[in-house]
Amino acid sequence: MNNTDSINEDKIVLKVYRENRGQKSGAHYDRFEVPYKKWTTVLDALLYVKSYNDPSIAIRYSCRMAMCGSCGMKINGIPRLACYTKISELETSTIECEPLSNFPIIRDLVTDFSLFFNHHKDIQPYIQSNEGVETDTEKKTFSFYQSPEDVDRYLQFSYCIKCGLCNSACPTAGTDLRFPGPQALAQLYRYYADTRDESKKRLDIVDDRHGIWRCHFAGSCSKVCPKGVDPALGIQLLRSYMLGISKDNKELAKKIEINTDKDNNSN
Amino acid sequence: MESHRILKESQIMKIHYVTGIAAIFVVAVHILMRLIVPFELSLEYDYIISNYKNIFYVLILESILVLVSVHGFNGIRIILLELRQSKAWENMITVVTISAMIALIAYGTRTIILANGL
Repeated sequence: MNNTDSINEDKIVLKVYRENRGQKSGAHYDRFEVPYKKWTTVLDALLYVKSYNDPSIAIRYSCRMAMCGSCGMKINGIPRLACYTKISELETSTIECEPLSNFPIIRDLVTDFSLFFNHHKDIQPYIQSNEGVETDTEKKTFSFYQSPEDVDRYLQFSYCIKCGLCNSACPTAGTDLRFPGPQALAQLYRYYADTRDESKKRLDIVDDRHGIWRCHFAGSCSKVCPKGVDPALGIQLLRSYMLGISKDNKELAKKIEINTDKDNNSN
Repeated sequence: MESHRILKESQIMKIHYVTGIAAIFVVAVHILMRLIVPFELSLEYDYIISNYKNIFYVLILESILVLVSVHGFNGIRIILLELRQSKAWENMITVVTISAMIALIAYGTRTIILANGL
């Protein structure tokens, strides 16, 4: 079909990957004709098919606004969020929906995220600190000093919605199951760069044979991220800390904190 | 997390990067040494043996041998590690690549010593 046809038509063909791991039926594609408007997303199209053509299609979705990260799938071969991908922007007459690569398929477009979340948990994605500053003795509340510059060091990495698109695009994650993947490594950087975190052993978690050093820096993780996070950058920054090229900015932050305390006390 | 290692992976990779960068310089010197004489002459037996008698050139050759072997065999180890994820495979690959690296360095060093006439 030529370009002129694809622009004039108000219908597209949705080619959906079908596979049921439980029934061990052969994998195949089903084709559906779906009407669309300028604002119709791929998720809208899939839900249309579920409503009017085949209710048995398995898809995972929730928020419909690129916040929950549930509807990740390969659309025309590229990992994307179905709710964040408009049909009109794809500029093709046939849209191919497949499950994410590097994830075990459960059914149709639904994949198993167990290993992905295990890698995420392994990097201890929480702030480990015992040194809060007591702000209210009665209520026992604590706060942590952090300058806007300190926040800037990790802010973009905290936008991760754990949709798994980066891991799906990662060539190393496809061959090495023990490789944590760009998502977990970027989150490790997010907590390592946080001046409130005081974990001494955080870097050791990924400093092994299948850890951070197995990243080949293809950069595809950063390219597919729907939230503008740059996991490849996080990985390279982590490496620079591990090689001793970058200095630990937490020591610097502590000095500023001490000086701030002194200034407050003198006032 | 893995423990009880002689070297951490980050330490191994430091060695990998340093040997890689250093190899670029010594190989460049090695190639440039070929260019200071006519190409035909650079391949003659007597000229090559005379190079082996030059202690500075011998040091460069030994450096190339060590740097390229360490960098190259570690590179092969990294590639092979990705093929399978089991302790037995990883240990086997590590032992095989280190053994091959030591064997190559030993054989190359023997050649340099013999040609030098020591």
